[in-house]
Amino acid sequence: MNFELLINLAYILAAGLFIFGLKLLGSAATARRGNMLSALGMFIAVVVTLLNKEIIDFKWIIVGVVIGSFIGVLAAKFVKMTQMPEMVALLNGFGGIASLLVGWGVYHAGPSPTYFIGTTIFLSVLIGGVTFSGSLIAWGKLSETIGGKPVLFPGQRIVNALLLLGVITAGVLFILHPATSYPLFLGVIGASLIIGIMVVIPIGGADMPVVISLLNSYSGLAACAAGFVIHNNVLIVSGSLVGASGMILTRIMCKAMNRSLANVLFSGFGAVIHKKKAGEQGEAKPINSEDTYYLLDSAQSVVFVPGYGMAVAQAQHVVRELAELLEENGTEVKYAIHPVAGRMPGHMNVLLAEANVPYDQLVEMDDINSQINTVDVCLVIGANDVVNPAAREDDSSPIYGMPIINVDQSKTVIVLKRSMATGFAGIQNPLFFKDNTRMLFGDAKSSLSHLVTEFKEN
Amino acid sequence: MIGEPIYLAFILMLSIFVGFEVISKVPSILHTPLMSGSNAISGITLVGALIAAGSETDTWVPIVLGTAAVTFATINVVGGYLVTNRMLAMFKKKEEAHK
Repeated sequence: MNFELLINLAYILAAGLFIFGLKLLGSAATARRGNMLSALGMFIAVVVTLLNKEIIDFKWIIVGVVIGSFIGVLAAKFVKMTQMPEMVALLNGFGGIASLLVGWGVYHAGPSPTYFIGTTIFLSVLIGGVTFSGSLIAWGKLSETIGGKPVLFPGQRIVNALLLLGVITAGVLFILHPATSYPLFLGVIGASLIIGIMVVIPIGGADMPVVISLLNSYSGLAACAAGFVIHNNVLIVSGSLVGASGMILTRIMCKAMNRSLANVLFSGFGAVIHKKKAGEQGEAKPINSEDTYYLLDSAQSVVFVPGYGMAVAQAQHVVRELAELLEENGTEVKYAIHPVAGRMPGHMNVLLAEANVPYDQLVEMDDINSQINTVDVCLVIGANDVVNPAAREDDSSPIYGMPIINVDQSKTVIVLKRSMATGFAGIQNPLFFKDNTRMLFGDAKSSLSHLVTEFKEN
Repeated sequence: MIGEPIYLAFILMLSIFVGFEVISKVPSILHTPLMSGSNAISGITLVGALIAAGSETDTWVPIVLGTAAVTFATINVVGGYLVTNRMLAMFKKKEEAHK
């Protein structure tokens, strides 16, 4: 039996399943099936690879697969929904290091590759390394293991540029004389890991969604490069598929923030000079839950605007409970989802889905903005920057130009917040001082529970 | 004879186009599962790692590297698909939600 032919035909099938699976992921009704088809494709690709004549020793494969599956299953089972973004970052990083190790292993076993293979080895190591360490930093920032503030130091851009120049020079030397360049190769690995760290630490925690999306794309490119190294078609196809999908998502997210990718990666959010002083802002008017209840009781339309604070407070279930009571009372309820609310695109949607909020009540930013002045009450729950009118009005603000949900244009805004502290972006929010805004201080979950109780009692 | 690199480059170009076409139609509500799902696919590196971990070699270094690669890639694949599935299991339409 010609195994090689069988393997390659199976690879074509697997790649087809990946493509079709991703396509089905485009609609909520078929998404789960799409994921399973994609998993089937992966299963076929893996099983058929074991028929490869180059594999003669299975015991280490079994060790690796068993340990890896064990960790993977435990991680997937026990991670909380609010930890999903950092989980994706971590898994992504693992894919990156795997590509690096494959490139390294091939070079070690065959220290005289052709220029072409040498180049692809270099690329899989560079991209894989940057993806790995960058993803670890992203994981650290999101899990708040390390600080979310941008880490900046003088001359940083020069250092990064020199590092990049250095690694490319080393790479070229390596490709030209691979047999004698083992130490240089190790240097390339080290430099790639350092570059990954250096590229991500100057980016503030608020921009992590874009970073994760970009690193997701890179892990695909690393797999693609590894595919060129070992002449494996399914790696090339699938890697570029993932690379392309990550790039698109990154672009979409940058557009949603009205910033270019270069701006996100290189400007260092904290480096923007605040020309306007945080002077007299006015007074924030607090409200209690009883008065909030009266407002909500008489409202005909209510829009919930969730943010990361809702995720932290794990308030999504109470939100749904309140929403159902409002609907029973005759109020129209909608949820306005900003594209970058939460730590990852679609993060809010996932949380609300977990709380059984029907997904047809979720409205995108542009749709809600066009009808926002007909809304009686906007309930802002743990969202800050995405409803900050400075993005519209104040051209000295770091977030100026970013599209936001214009809650201040509705009749009344109730902001649920623990305190007057700034949000993830670290800037003040003039929304809190507007005349039609009231602040409902306290933990979101308990504030909302009080409201639910009020509704039930009356 | 143009050789393999050219064909591989063709495949690369076509894959990129397909990636763009398939992905640009996903609504933002599904962006998180999408990121997770495509991340799982990037675990296809596992295939390369399997070959590296199982091949003939006189030194132990490639075996260590290969096994580590298999472990990491397996976590990526298994964790990735399960996490994506967990997220997607929660999307319900209104009629189902009130069951």
